Amino acid sequence: MKTGAAILIESLKEEGVEIIFGYPGGAVLPIYDELYDAELTHILVRHEQAAVHAADGYARASGRVGVCLSTSGPGACNLISGIATANMDSVPIVALTGQVPTGMLGNDAFQESDITGITLPITKHNYLVKDARDIKMTVKAAFYIAGTGRNGPVLIDLPKDVLTAKVAEEDVISGEPELRGYKPTLKGHSKQIKKALDLIYKAEKPVLYVGGGVIAAGASEELVKLAELFCLPVTTTLMGLGAIPADHPLNLGMLGMHGTEYANYAVSETDLLIAVGSRFDDRVTGKLSHFAPHAKIIHIDIDPAEIGKNVNPDVPIVGDAKSVLADMICLAEKNGCISEPWLEQVKSWRKNHPLRVVEDGKVHPQNIIRKLSELLDGGGIIVSEVGQNQMWAAQHYGFKKPRQWISSGGLGTMGYGFPAAIGAWFAKPEEPIVLIAGDGSFQMNIQELATVAQYKIPVKIVILNNMYLGMVRQWQELFYDRRYSYTELPPVDFVGIAKAYGIEGMRVDSVDQIDTALKTALTYDGPYLLDFQIEREENVFPMVPAGAAISDMIGKHNHNGGSGP
Amino acid sequence: MKQHIISVLVENKAGVLARVSGLFSRRGFNIESLAVGTCETPGMSRITIVVIGNDMHIEQVKKQLNKLIDVIKITDITEKEHVERELALIKVHAEPGLQRSEVMQVADIFRAKIIDVGAQTLVLETTGDPEKIFALESLLRPYGVLELVRTGRVALQRGGPGPASRQ
Ligand SMILES: Cc1ncc(C[n+]2csc(CCOP(=O)(O)OP(=O)(O)O)c2C)c(N)n1
Ligand SMILES: [Mg+2]
Repeated sequence: MKTGAAILIESLKEEGVEIIFGYPGGAVLPIYDELYDAELTHILVRHEQAAVHAADGYARASGRVGVCLSTSGPGACNLISGIATANMDSVPIVALTGQVPTGMLGNDAFQESDITGITLPITKHNYLVKDARDIKMTVKAAFYIAGTGRNGPVLIDLPKDVLTAKVAEEDVISGEPELRGYKPTLKGHSKQIKKALDLIYKAEKPVLYVGGGVIAAGASEELVKLAELFCLPVTTTLMGLGAIPADHPLNLGMLGMHGTEYANYAVSETDLLIAVGSRFDDRVTGKLSHFAPHAKIIHIDIDPAEIGKNVNPDVPIVGDAKSVLADMICLAEKNGCISEPWLEQVKSWRKNHPLRVVEDGKVHPQNIIRKLSELLDGGGIIVSEVGQNQMWAAQHYGFKKPRQWISSGGLGTMGYGFPAAIGAWFAKPEEPIVLIAGDGSFQMNIQELATVAQYKIPVKIVILNNMYLGMVRQWQELFYDRRYSYTELPPVDFVGIAKAYGIEGMRVDSVDQIDTALKTALTYDGPYLLDFQIEREENVFPMVPAGAAISDMIGKHNHNGGSGP
Repeated sequence: MKQHIISVLVENKAGVLARVSGLFSRRGFNIESLAVGTCETPGMSRITIVVIGNDMHIEQVKKQLNKLIDVIKITDITEKEHVERELALIKVHAEPGLQRSEVMQVADIFRAKIIDVGAQTLVLETTGDPEKIFALESLLRPYGVLELVRTGRVALQRGGPGPASRQ
């Protein structure tokens, strides 16, 4: 006879789970009792939100399913923004929540909340397990659903009596879960793929527009191959950074609201937009009717619901990006650069409208990121918070590989980065882990300094401290007449706080300290916090105002007096 | 804006109705009618949803419905050859005497069944398309319709095997 909790732990191990991020409470006592001597690492975070973000960071860094655990009621509710974050960015996680005993469900029992009801619209799927015999099968199904097709979060709610119930071995339901309604399409239709290739042969100004789907599918190699086969310029979304090396000659960097000028110009002029694993999000497209207005569109996505959601493609292809791109390469009957003049045009935009960097003796955040990128040679895992810090990191770090960049895209969740960095380190302990944070965001999960100290997680915390909720301040400056309503933050002694947790740190006030400070942190054996006092009213440019066409950027940077289209 | 009749074949599991209806409410659609019941395959149910919306929005909801793990198959039968029916029970004020015989005549013309006779009321059962039920209701109104309940529309595509048997 085994308890439900024991079956749970066993099932998790069968799925290959090595680590769980969690926080205990009454409803999950039976699980914690099993964890006491289980061969499974449990990391005690200091807030359930951190548990789910850490599971998410672990998943993004490793490509495997991340697992978090919380108690019922308040614990489960603290998971919500993290589950929504994972859902928006299609991250595979399994969230385990305790629940009041089945007999009390719906009675407003102590610490009861209807977490399957609450998370219905923010999970790929969820389960309320009412019989201990079903635990094993449910775990199996949950991992399968989370990690296949378009990945996403799955929640399993476990009432306490189900966890304590004793089940005879032969009564445990096992085998393959029957999921009649879930059959993700992985292979692209070959007729559609040929149609897409025909469009590519004919295109004069093609652009590949690449999103997180390429990273999720592990399709970077195929992507770069295809791009090189036809000399297709590549622009990526925030989620797609790393799909092609930053210094690849065909890479145009990020597009959209804070994209590079040249990426936005290229998309505005292209006659063939090849979208791969990207979803025409409003932060990317700006005014939809002006997005790639001259282009035929090929849309490759694993999720049929994305096709035609915002833009009606000429050639839709439903399938896994890796498989579809590989098929495209395989079926291509021509190759070679099909667009010399276009490449010249793109090159000249790139030369004449680079991202703005200023070296005037002041502490500019862009220069900190560039220095970091130089010191790590574009390597390591860079995790960001949300706001200006995130955009500067995205714009200026020279990512080389997929899964190096971990950031909350779709939901833009402040407080995501720090716990996600913790999770990422457990996935890739051999890699340097750097958190790029804003002073506002960092204070949303600052309690995780305790977790970092306890487990000696050598994350390097780089705070770009402007004593503002900078991104909101930027909008107030530009669109609300500089009325800085509740966006100024009083000074905080972050180094002092770190020290109180037993973590080393340094405050940086001047340009000549940047280099040594970063080197000190990177070489230090253990966690390290750097509090950079940056130019307070620095803005993220270029910027496409909300609702404008993406060619209509403000804060443009014209070298040599050149102008955009 | 157009009326759509969507037939959804689902796993017969707790919560499936909330998942399905949530996709509509999230987008601000009002469901005109919804009928659920078990179907020809054990363990599955068929939901018939009538909803009004523009084609592009409905298309997106259908795709989202398809993504639900518990949804096995969905068919928009609006444009397809189909039969649809709705059942209504109508409690009418009908004092014994002339009034009652008039109500019974109306029922007869509409082939509605009288399934309950009270001291001052009759309960009529009628089946048909929404127009027929509406017409009957209008004729009964002058006598006093005390309560009315309808099942919501159920619909099936004409001919051929259904989606469940193709699984
Ligand atoms: C949880 C949450 N609340 C509010 C916001 C809105 N928001 C977006 S950016 C931002 C400011 C972030 O400030 P900070 O972390 O200091 O970063 P900065 O922009 O200054 O680099 C805010 C409040 C959000 N994205 N997430
Ligand atoms: Mg700030």
